[in-house]
Amino acid sequence: MKTDLVIIGAGPAGLAAAVAAYDNGVRDLLLLERDTAPGGILQQCIHNGFGLHRFGEELTGPEYAARDIREANARNLPILTETMVLSVSPDRTVTAMNRERGVFTVEAKAVILAMGCRERPRGALNIPGARPSGIYTAGTAQRFVNVQGYLPGKEVVILGSGDIGLIMARRMTLEGAHVHAVCELMPYSGGLNRNIVQCLRDFDIPLLLSHTVSKIHGKTRLTGVSIAQVDEHLRVMPETEQYIPCDTLLLSCGLLPENELTKGAGIPLDPITGGATVNERRETELPGVFACGNVLHVHDLVDFVSEEAQLAGMSAAESIRSGGKTAKTPPIPVRAEGKVRYTVPQRIDETETPVRLFFRVGSVADHAVLTVKCGETVLATKKKRRMTPGEMESFELSPAVLQAARELGAALTICVE
Amino acid sequence: MKTTELTCIVCPVGCALRVEQTDDGEVVSVAGNTCPRGAVYGKDEVLHPVRTLTTTVRVQNGERLLPVKTDRPIPKEKLFAAMEKVNALSVLAPVKIGDVLLPDLFGAKLVAAANLGPSAKENV
Repeated sequence: MKTDLVIIGAGPAGLAAAVAAYDNGVRDLLLLERDTAPGGILQQCIHNGFGLHRFGEELTGPEYAARDIREANARNLPILTETMVLSVSPDRTVTAMNRERGVFTVEAKAVILAMGCRERPRGALNIPGARPSGIYTAGTAQRFVNVQGYLPGKEVVILGSGDIGLIMARRMTLEGAHVHAVCELMPYSGGLNRNIVQCLRDFDIPLLLSHTVSKIHGKTRLTGVSIAQVDEHLRVMPETEQYIPCDTLLLSCGLLPENELTKGAGIPLDPITGGATVNERRETELPGVFACGNVLHVHDLVDFVSEEAQLAGMSAAESIRSGGKTAKTPPIPVRAEGKVRYTVPQRIDETETPVRLFFRVGSVADHAVLTVKCGETVLATKKKRRMTPGEMESFELSPAVLQAARELGAALTICVE
Repeated sequence: MKTTELTCIVCPVGCALRVEQTDDGEVVSVAGNTCPRGAVYGKDEVLHPVRTLTTTVRVQNGERLLPVKTDRPIPKEKLFAAMEKVNALSVLAPVKIGDVLLPDLFGAKLVAAANLGPSAKENV
């Protein structure tokens, strides 16, 4: 079959992109979702705090998802659930399968990648020890507890202080488990301050910074973990090792954009974000293929995922309308330097409208001056009281700055002075 | 005078608050907040801390649990007592967002936080 637009993933990114594409004139579109219902990871994020930016009120994950689903349904957007996409080809043919249709292909004028991200598993963490049951990523445990109604264990240690780990510390505690500690390898938490307060301090759960799990004990079921402090090179200090008996270890050690399909299509990825390299319209280096949300770079807030997805949806609509318009002039590359680890977008095609650069710092920066340069020429600066790796930052570049960069003919760099 | 340093939990910004109280406990000032809700939080937090509870309820005829929440914060020290009451509940699908499941849970209503049909296809 043929369609104008295929959107892969019906989580918050896919839904917002689809609605935006429809509102910008695309009538022939299809959403493909592997889960049984749309909404993505929001369906298991039953805590509140979503939507403050976008809706001006505090919603739970399922409530936030319900708003996007309502918008999609109001437009009668077709969503194929329990449908797994197998590949995307460079000519934008999407191969997928589900129970009713078997394997099928859809030829699309444009594709939006909205597959989200997944958690870093134990295998990627190199924790020594056996492989007993009782070790889960925090998100897996979240699905067990919040969707399926299973409590994965009673005596819990959590490695990693990302927001999911913190949220699960509270959730497991409320459901009757005992959370011994949250260990964080870095000297700072990867989660929001509010979550440290309301998920850990409220329940007297210790947050052990510069600590990691150094050994896993147990043969069939986890019986305990050894934890230890790490030095400034993040190496375990054996003399600090202590044993905690527990039956469950939850891992909240970072999220990785899920880009198997992107790689399969031969679309270049940014080695830092793990997502495609895109221009300001969120178009990848394969014309007509766009990316948004956590598949592009991991966001802190779903509100910003939705915003980016709306941009990708509008851009895809524009691309379909113009028959795959390509930029007239070569793009301006955007580079991150020093403490700034990455930027999205990584290149800028159009200089007529302002472009917001999203980025993260690699370590805490206090009283910093963000500087945007082109060669040695400083084009814009902004003072920041504090930036942390846990919070995505942004910097809006005006058309004047973009046009100056174009005239100088070099890459834009953003760094912390 | 007594000064308490707090991290605001009203929104993801997480402002550092400083709450000053007289020796009788009366709140004199809240500083460091960047919105009016932060001032309310700072005052509440030193006088009678409250939290919104989000949890789940069993669905007798459903494929998944129903997410629920209190429609306003409840006293923090009542969280576990509230969990006990909520865990004793079960509902019959379909359920709509906002459906009241308990009219008075420590001063708040317990409401459904998802639209749930008996099968996944109807979970819209």
